[in-house]
Amino acid sequence: MSTNTTAAAGREWRSRFPTVNYLNADYGIKSWLLTKDHKRIAILYLISVTFFFAIGGAYAAAIRLELLTPMGDLMQSATYNKVFTHHGIMMVFFFLIPAIPGVLGNFLIPLMIGAKDMAFPKINLLSWYVFMAGGLLTFSALLFGGVDTGWTFYVPYSTNFSNTYVTLAGLGIFINGFSSILTGLNFIVTTHTMRAPGMTWFRLPLFVWSQYATALIMILGTPVIAITVLLLALERLAHVGIFDPALGGDPVLFQHMFWFYSHPAVYIMILPSMAVISELVATHTRKPVFGYSFVAFSSLAIAVFGFLVWGHHLFVSSQSVYAGMIFSLISFVVAIPSAVKVFNWTATMYKGSISYDTPMLYVFAFIGLFMIGGMTGMFLAALGFDIHVHDTYFVVAHFHYVMVGGTVMGYMGGLHNWWPKMTGRMYPEGWARFAALIIFVGFNLTFFPQFLLGYMGMPRRYHAYPAGEPMWQVLHVMSTGGATVLGIGLLIPAVYFIWSMRYGRFAPANPWPGTGLEWRTASPPPTENFLVTPVVTWEAYEYRPIEEMQVIGPGAPDQTVGGQHPANRGVETEER
Amino acid sequence: MATHAEAVEHGHGPEAAHEALAHHFDNLEQQREAGALGMWVFIAQEVMFFGGLFLAYLIYRMKYPIAFQAASNHLNWRIGTFNTAVLITSSLTMALAVWATQVGKSRKVQVGFMAATLLLGFVFLGVKAYEYREKYVDGLIPIAGWFNPKPEILAHLPHGITVGQYQMFFWLYFAMTGLHALHMIIGACILLPIMWMAWRGRFSPEYHGPVENFGLYWHFVDIIWIFLFPLLYLLGAHFSAGH
Repeated sequence: MSTNTTAAAGREWRSRFPTVNYLNADYGIKSWLLTKDHKRIAILYLISVTFFFAIGGAYAAAIRLELLTPMGDLMQSATYNKVFTHHGIMMVFFFLIPAIPGVLGNFLIPLMIGAKDMAFPKINLLSWYVFMAGGLLTFSALLFGGVDTGWTFYVPYSTNFSNTYVTLAGLGIFINGFSSILTGLNFIVTTHTMRAPGMTWFRLPLFVWSQYATALIMILGTPVIAITVLLLALERLAHVGIFDPALGGDPVLFQHMFWFYSHPAVYIMILPSMAVISELVATHTRKPVFGYSFVAFSSLAIAVFGFLVWGHHLFVSSQSVYAGMIFSLISFVVAIPSAVKVFNWTATMYKGSISYDTPMLYVFAFIGLFMIGGMTGMFLAALGFDIHVHDTYFVVAHFHYVMVGGTVMGYMGGLHNWWPKMTGRMYPEGWARFAALIIFVGFNLTFFPQFLLGYMGMPRRYHAYPAGEPMWQVLHVMSTGGATVLGIGLLIPAVYFIWSMRYGRFAPANPWPGTGLEWRTASPPPTENFLVTPVVTWEAYEYRPIEEMQVIGPGAPDQTVGGQHPANRGVETEER
Repeated sequence: MATHAEAVEHGHGPEAAHEALAHHFDNLEQQREAGALGMWVFIAQEVMFFGGLFLAYLIYRMKYPIAFQAASNHLNWRIGTFNTAVLITSSLTMALAVWATQVGKSRKVQVGFMAATLLLGFVFLGVKAYEYREKYVDGLIPIAGWFNPKPEILAHLPHGITVGQYQMFFWLYFAMTGLHALHMIIGACILLPIMWMAWRGRFSPEYHGPVENFGLYWHFVDIIWIFLFPLLYLLGAHFSAGH
């Protein structure tokens, strides 16, 4: 679609819709801090996770800078321990877990199912406050002097030895867990009870299915980390002995309880990203997602199997070898639903009208990087190989490929895809494509060398490495160089997104165009999302080839004109 | 909250006139369903939360069966039974409170059943506090440095059992019953505004979601105790040697 027609369409759309939307319905800081509108809460999440991502990124920069040289010349091990711990805590608990559910899930789920809001708007706002309380408490622990246990808080170091702010940081994570629980609760109840007439379960966008699976993990997993962190604090403050062998306790129990949540938590991170990719791949190839129900159920399968594989973190922690074999086997099984998704996305692209708009570039990045991250996960699920590379940079590279290559790519792709809907403005496509390329190159340059380093034996969590291994420094320098490129790549979107809010082209209601309900209301949507409750009479992803769309108009189902549902026709100028 | 005019304009129909209907629901039935499902999901979350402690109990009981058996004898099963009866009765009065709102009994009946629930809850907590005090007197507070069982308790330690294993039972006892008591205190704090709403006549056969959902919560807390009581007081205890 050429620029002029889009711009014209944008002006036309704006003239046809009421000018009052969720952004300008009310003004002032109070209208934001006390809002119960899921869309405004999503914006609050967007600002806060970006803040925590920046902090986590700053610590990442410090790590990479230190590892430029074999010696500890920027910091010594005590400081380095804190820096990688802070990086992990900030990124895992305050960016990766809340980012996509908090921002895109909150914004899109009610829109996609044709609801006016989440089922519990007050609880939704509460979840943001709880998130901020937890985040700022943990952040204050970092400012007071930090934590040096690693984000995993392994006992007995964290309970009996570490002389840092473990309890305060743990308290922040404990509180933050309730934010996750409340978000999950809202997603589940909203999906069950708030769907518009005609929006059956199998007409739901796959985004909603995947967020639903994520919410199940949030509900069933997060309370376990909450009680685990509580016990950790109890042990640290009162020395009751639960994890202390001197008093008859068992430190491995902590590892079991910790990973019972924290392994499913990686699916809390990746499933929402898969949710985004399913939408993007359909919209930007103009085809229905291949094997809808398989993709839908694979999300639930990942959620279920995710709870049965925690033991693969304990292959070298005195777990019985038979338990290890079973955990190894089930870990391999998780590859099946993951592969179902990847194959089905690829099959969706087959003979599709593939666009090279920015969201689709992130889809390509996601699929490629998630493939590498997932396949190396299979390496690590194998008992023998895992013992060889345990606690090395191989593991670090693996989970960064899944977390950054998976979650961050999906998040960025989703942010671009729905930015017009969220802000009513288009982002600059040229810059966005350029940034996507920079991010992809920077990411691979950062983390691919780490696979090699890990395989050579470089352990994780060390601030220094032998100078006698010249190859190690070469790879570390490559990695640091890549991290610099990646950092610049991530700064570009930060700049143009902010720029676009004021100077970007006005977005039409349906810029791509997509078939979901969220595209059948104005950009940005009015406070209650739809002027009239939509009635869904079509299946998900009724896309047509782009050539047909050019003849008959945007790819909306039969009864709609110009992507607008008939229920909304004639009422678009009604003043509210 | 939508005004009547707004609600009709949005096509909710006449039912939308009910003052308790939030703006984003189509009708009271949808609102009630969402609230009930929300409470069930919350209870699922609570099961996992307590599950961590039950897991720890299971593991250490299997590891130190004799120490747990001996330590369990320091709990007074008669008091425990009394408290169980109190809590089950409070569940009954809560169920009656839900029934009273569902069938539209007078607000005095509604508030009366809720007040009985609250009272029984406080009786339970009072008895629990008395039990905690007993443990304190016997030096069985499981905090490092505080755990100093009385000499007669130490004298009767089974052969080969360390004080640490004894302490293991008591921190589980305090953690599990303490978390349970905390849930009851939170429950009491939630019940008070619901009683106030009932007194103001807010609940009717059409709208009684808060009472119903609070009832679910209260029964859940009750069920937790139904598991805690046999695990801590009864399992393996020698009644003849009891207090």
